[in-house]
Amino acid sequence: MPGTYYFVIVGTKDNPIYEAEFTQGADASEGSPMKEDQKHLSQFIIHTALDVVDELMWCYKESYLKVVDKFNEWYISAYVTSNGMRFMLLHDTTNPEGIKNFFTDVHELYIKVLLNPFYEINSPITSRAFDNKVQQLKRKYLL
Amino acid sequence: MDQGSEILSRNINKTKNNEVSLNAFNFLFSEMIQYSQQRVSGTVQELEKKLSDFGYRVGIRVVELLNWREKNGKREIKILQNLYFIHTNVWKMLFGKQADSLEKHTEKEDEYMISDNEPIITKFISVPKDYHSLACGAFLAGIVEAILDGAQLPAKVEAFANPQEGFPTKTTIVINFDQSVIDREKLFQ
Repeated sequence: MPGTYYFVIVGTKDNPIYEAEFTQGADASEGSPMKEDQKHLSQFIIHTALDVVDELMWCYKESYLKVVDKFNEWYISAYVTSNGMRFMLLHDTTNPEGIKNFFTDVHELYIKVLLNPFYEINSPITSRAFDNKVQQLKRKYLL
Repeated sequence: MDQGSEILSRNINKTKNNEVSLNAFNFLFSEMIQYSQQRVSGTVQELEKKLSDFGYRVGIRVVELLNWREKNGKREIKILQNLYFIHTNVWKMLFGKQADSLEKHTEKEDEYMISDNEPIITKFISVPKDYHSLACGAFLAGIVEAILDGAQLPAKVEAFANPQEGFPTKTTIVINFDQSVIDREKLFQ
């Protein structure tokens, strides 16, 4: 299915702290359009790509690592923050500029969440406001 | 309006005219020390640990925010550049001046030192005799440790009071990197 994205923020302990899936023509907040097995596969692919990211992050100073891995028709793009948080995006269409902007803006949102003294690093982000903002960014840059 | 959306709309690049008064900060820091002191069984190490934990919470936030403001989508990946970033950029942001020195131990390859001749946070603190080894700079050590942790360079960071002539409050932060960090640095050279 073209135009499908799966986005996850991975903490420094390899734990997911936020995840979202975006599909063409459907709002992910209203029920999950992805099939259950597809979701597990997405998580699996991204988990595999973490090893590649862990190596690449020592080679480049840029936060945005571009496409780091491929699996069949899927691409995995990654972004590393200065705190070692990894933003991973699974996608099936190439859109490097849009993805870069998406990552950069999510990074800014993440910093704002982190600056909240009640938020502990590496804990899941449950803020609905954060979720809404990410959905807005999705519409702006990805779909 | 959703709870928290106001926080997410705030501009994080604002840097002008948001300095905190030194008096206000020192009252707060004094309270933090008293708060910690009441919650430890008495040893100086425990108290320093508590102060360092406070600093850690500051550090993990500072590193993200400052990198965002100044580096434009880049990170530091080398040990020395990270330390220099702390010595210069972080100190400037937090205390309005650079730290006074950044040194490498001549023999131990994993040991580095950052010194501040007159740390602003201990300006009004005089340590009582029975606490003679207490370094309130442990707060600073916590900040440094968090920043290095964030850069995936785990290290043991400790602060020592290092009084010199003319600089009675001089504090030295000693950083001992994990062996794994040193090995990786060599590998990626």
